[in-house]
Amino acid sequence: MKVFLALLVRDLRVAVRQSSDGVMVLSFYIIAIVLFPLGLGPNPQTLASLAPGLLCVAALLAAILSLEGLFRSDFEDGSLELMAVSPNDLAIQVFAKITAHWITTGLPLILVTPFLAFLLNLPIQALLTLMLAMALATPSLSLIGAVGASLTVGARRSSVLISVLVLPLYIPVLIFAVSAIDAVLLTYSPKPHLMLLGAIFAAAMPLCTITTTVALRQALE
Amino acid sequence: MTDYFQARNVSCNRGGRCIFKGLSFSIQNGDALILRGPNGSGKSSLLRMMAGLTTPVAGELVWNKKSIAQETFFHRNRIHYLGHFNAVKPALTVGENLAIWQKLRSNGLSVRQEEKKALERALIAFDILHLADLPARLLSSGESRRLALARLLVNDALLWLLDEPANGLDDSSRCALEEIVSQHQMAGGMVVISLHGPTKLKNTHTLNLTSNANLK
Repeated sequence: MKVFLALLVRDLRVAVRQSSDGVMVLSFYIIAIVLFPLGLGPNPQTLASLAPGLLCVAALLAAILSLEGLFRSDFEDGSLELMAVSPNDLAIQVFAKITAHWITTGLPLILVTPFLAFLLNLPIQALLTLMLAMALATPSLSLIGAVGASLTVGARRSSVLISVLVLPLYIPVLIFAVSAIDAVLLTYSPKPHLMLLGAIFAAAMPLCTITTTVALRQALE
Repeated sequence: MTDYFQARNVSCNRGGRCIFKGLSFSIQNGDALILRGPNGSGKSSLLRMMAGLTTPVAGELVWNKKSIAQETFFHRNRIHYLGHFNAVKPALTVGENLAIWQKLRSNGLSVRQEEKKALERALIAFDILHLADLPARLLSSGESRRLALARLLVNDALLWLLDEPANGLDDSSRCALEEIVSQHQMAGGMVVISLHGPTKLKNTHTLNLTSNANLK
């Protein structure tokens, strides 16, 4: 637990002082969403009907952007080797890094989502569900993304490779997040979709952490 | 009780190429094993293997008759590994960098006060105490190396694995390093160290790794 907190604090400190990845993700998200009304025309009905999909897809693409740096700097400066030979379990340390990644990239996305939802004229009754869906989906994005990041950590120019590896795995998250919001708009209960999102998150937590750990050990060989 | 760290006919392949094979040695408390050899002769590969980062393709590394592959947790607890890279985060201060490594290796039992003292002692030993509050991005390469070396003193470990530790160090830091390694030996620790150039260390065994051109 001590190690978990220590690494979490370290990564957050580094992120705050360099503030590159988090800001990049956030600005990409905002700019992408702002571009859609310009491209699709200002018709409020069109925007409202497209809003759930636009918000989710933009969030997903924004999340991809930050993945390359997740393990890259630790791999290149030798920190990862130290983590791997530390007597504490590498999986805990990996989980701490993923948590820090979510806090610096996923959390800001959730926080700006309501403003962007207004911008796209998303009906107000769907807002709560949208926030819940984002809160359940973004941790899964970080977890699944970590697997892609760890598999490509030794490769040069890995950002394209990560997208190809990870985007297909994001599809279930995307489907259930969008359908939860759509369900509210069609006056159904969003509960089953949200529960499925939660299930993906719950399954990804151990599975992705372990897979990432194994992939990183492989990368260090 | 004496501890033994041995290699039995260890071989190493990297990318299908044989780096060395049939390597054996044995060291015990107070010993220093010096790895010598030209570039590419497998010094780093051997050290990484000793750290448990890679596994030998043949043979085994043994600690007190037990293969290190079978007790990775205990093995990681007794080693300090210093690789080519300093693992210094430029955005953190010198003190923060060192504290992270300390926590990374802590077993959760140590007292906070003692940890603080150990940190300070390590900073003094490598003469970087005055830099403690500086962001590490402002350090010169020699100073970052000293920061990486200071890690050896913040936690106890029996076996130090040092991969060309003197890289980028000035003469006085080199002397300080040798002094600290000797003290570690005196306290019953073991050191495996890859070096170029002369050394004043005592109780040394030298392992000459030849160029791998003749191994097929």
